[in-house]
Amino acid sequence: MPFEANVPPGPLGEKWTQYRGTMNLVAPNNKRRIEIIVVGTGLAGASAAATLGELGYKVKCFTFHDSPRRAHSIAAQGGINAAKNYQNDGDSVYRLFYDTIKGGDYRSRESNVHRLAEVSRNIIDQAVAQGVPFAREYGGLLANRSFGGVQVSRTFYARGQTGQQLLLGAYQSLSRQISKGSVEMYNRHEMLDLVIEDGKARGIIARNLLTGELERHAAHCVVLGTGGYGNVFYLSTNAMNSNGTAAWRAVRRGAYMANPCFTQIHPTCIPQSGDYQSKLTLMSESLRNDGRVWVPKNQEDAKAIREGQKTANDIPEEERDYYLERRYPAFGNLVPRDVASRAAKVACDEGLGVAPTGLAVFLDFESAIMRYGRSEANTRGIDNPSEAKIRELGKSVVEEKYGNLFEMYEKITGDNPYQTPMKIYPAVHYTMGGLWVDYNLQTNIPGLFSIGESNFSDHGANRLGASALMQGLADGYFVLPYTIGQFLSKEIRTPKIEPTSEAFDKAEQDVQHRLDQLMNIKGNQSVESFHRRLGKIMWDYCGMSRNADGLQKARKMIRELKDEFYSDVFIPGDAKDYNPELEKAHRVADFMELGELMMVDALDRNESCGGHFREEYQTEEGEALRDDENYAYVSAWAYNGWEEEPVLHKEELVFENVELKTRSYK
Amino acid sequence: MKLTLKIWRQKNANTKGRFETYQAEASPDMSFLEMLDVLNEDLISQKQEPVAFEHDCREGICGTCNMVINGEPHGPMQGTTTCQLHMRHFNDGDTIVIEPFRASAFPVIKDLAIDRDSFDRIIQAGGYVSINTGQAQDGNAIPIEKETAAEAFDAASCIGCGACVAACPNASAMLFVSAKVSHLAHMPQGKVEAKRRAQAMVNQMDEEGFGRCSNITACEAECPKEISVEHIARLNREYLSSSVGSQVKA
Repeated sequence: MPFEANVPPGPLGEKWTQYRGTMNLVAPNNKRRIEIIVVGTGLAGASAAATLGELGYKVKCFTFHDSPRRAHSIAAQGGINAAKNYQNDGDSVYRLFYDTIKGGDYRSRESNVHRLAEVSRNIIDQAVAQGVPFAREYGGLLANRSFGGVQVSRTFYARGQTGQQLLLGAYQSLSRQISKGSVEMYNRHEMLDLVIEDGKARGIIARNLLTGELERHAAHCVVLGTGGYGNVFYLSTNAMNSNGTAAWRAVRRGAYMANPCFTQIHPTCIPQSGDYQSKLTLMSESLRNDGRVWVPKNQEDAKAIREGQKTANDIPEEERDYYLERRYPAFGNLVPRDVASRAAKVACDEGLGVAPTGLAVFLDFESAIMRYGRSEANTRGIDNPSEAKIRELGKSVVEEKYGNLFEMYEKITGDNPYQTPMKIYPAVHYTMGGLWVDYNLQTNIPGLFSIGESNFSDHGANRLGASALMQGLADGYFVLPYTIGQFLSKEIRTPKIEPTSEAFDKAEQDVQHRLDQLMNIKGNQSVESFHRRLGKIMWDYCGMSRNADGLQKARKMIRELKDEFYSDVFIPGDAKDYNPELEKAHRVADFMELGELMMVDALDRNESCGGHFREEYQTEEGEALRDDENYAYVSAWAYNGWEEEPVLHKEELVFENVELKTRSYK
Repeated sequence: MKLTLKIWRQKNANTKGRFETYQAEASPDMSFLEMLDVLNEDLISQKQEPVAFEHDCREGICGTCNMVINGEPHGPMQGTTTCQLHMRHFNDGDTIVIEPFRASAFPVIKDLAIDRDSFDRIIQAGGYVSINTGQAQDGNAIPIEKETAAEAFDAASCIGCGACVAACPNASAMLFVSAKVSHLAHMPQGKVEAKRRAQAMVNQMDEEGFGRCSNITACEAECPKEISVEHIARLNREYLSSSVGSQVKA
């Protein structure tokens, strides 16, 4: 199979412009008869399907949700980056590119990242034109805020619901194409296999989730915008139904899985409160603009807080350790996510955690409330305002910025964060790893493309905040609709693909076989219980820190769990019916295979970089120790089931424009 | 805490449903859906079919979860979706009645799961700005008053759950439709086709079998995003002025 990054020649800043101007095109008369399957309707899938429809292709779009608008992009809170430099603070395309490469700990492809930074500006324009109600200043222009790992203000936002507003923009564009008939929408359909004919991706097998029927869908090519696989950890900030099955089925048909062990643990989530917990809730990174992270300096105070004898407000200023400000003075509370998460773990490992479980640190808004209050009093010309007045004014400013997040926190925990600091702890949030793609966003299977979180391409070993929305929409609106032409321009003589070939027969039989196999186990344990156990293994051995012994042990544990699953899982109901338990079973079965590959990948990478922290490789100060000489490559894995050892293909990363440096936020 | 649950069970759209009674245990820190998770795990362990209910983000933003709890869509807490409702708002020994959102335009799929495709079709009828990718001018080319953008945002925060329909004795979708019409009419980019949009979306709403609005405003009271009925007034304005002008085809 081809394994070329296909990066076009030319200087970094001109590659994309030159390439775009010389790419092969498909004429309108041919577009009308070329069919494209898009799986997933998040930011990447919806924007791609809408744009391809606008261009005149015949698009079939699939989601397992009841509506395209439910995709998990909807839950993104904080914002979207763009190198607009509206704040005149020295931002530029190059700086966004550089921040992303550095933030990713030098494990992403320069050319893809630069292109992302270039088109970031178009995304904002496009979203504004769709009527997305971004936050604005009094002068009527777009407002910005800062995110972690960055020293400029380039994040555009719509209160704490930026993902919702951008997804609705894409959903509405998609809806317009559905009404025009250029996109045919299939809600409640889950892709369960990829069909390859003569080496090219030509269709999918989907299960109609209402009737349980298997359906064949054929097209000239297939685009996956199916999101990440964070739910392999069971507890994550992902939506309950987010899963890796569509992408994993492509892997089982020969697509390479790249850097699967690169997962992002987000530092500010609401801590787990009990064993029944079904998911974790993120508190936007934007809160670190104004919130200060701390733990008590001594273990006695921490213990007293854990046992309910003291509260945060009982700890005087000099007894608090604002550890991010202390350890990383240059970036303070706005260090990147991997750094902030690890620091929280270190604090809790030292016995300084502040929740009954010992796993939480404070995120405190007291300073911000008072600072904003004083400034507001000044603006309003209030002389000698009382402390209560300052607090009241400051509270209203904080409320305007983060009101919905504070409300959500209070709903979940029952605590009022205006009065007492939030308690937060890291949780799995995003997966940088994903299907391997070349510069055209094409996988190693010709005609199979992957966009958004489902590919690996832009974030290296750690993603910066507010860059997921940027990448999803960049891929869907501004990259894939062009690059897909490189493949499709060679397909203009290919007649309509009919789903009747042997390849379709075989794929459907395989899916049917898997469904029968699962239904026939008729054991005693629920799917959910296996998922929980898998998640625990993943979190304990492939979470915030990893080591060789643990990874080897965990690999064995996953295999044992798999054996137990295939002999004792119980799925109620019928396969030929609406059956959420069967859907879950399929996904968990795939997660076990993926989980094993993550262990293998983490074990192969004998270095620490970004979210991948191997305990054996750290500096004396406990920072990640990268090994550029031996590991400056993308790990692209071929996986062929439990019986065969995964095979590693390496894409060496070439850095022509940035110098590989130790990543420091000190 | 110990609870008695009366839950609507219905095999599919074509069979009659009924309430079944279950005993459940919960802790006050659980979310309402986690309480149902525990019940379902229990049912599965007894080889019984779990209660079908739909949910996804469990953060109150995707709009998937839909239950009428003790007669109120999304339960007793104001501005709260079912997934964000926590058991600390109930008491030990409570009996809780759980049923799906009911409306002829939202047929039951199974138990508490319903079909809301009609909402998608209403958006497809005109709930968008007609521009293609790549046609946009610079994002800061048109200044928009901060308050206006904020009002547009308030309307745009609709999650498409359908609680407004479930709350309305007429099963009207006016709050849902008006939120989108008002969001886009507030923005200069959406203003251009505001009249056409209002007419097309209202026509589609009628076609889907939603009822008429008779200003009861139960929708506003039950909306988990607290969207104001003022948007309905805005919709009426756009709709009336479009009816006075020339008719446009949806």
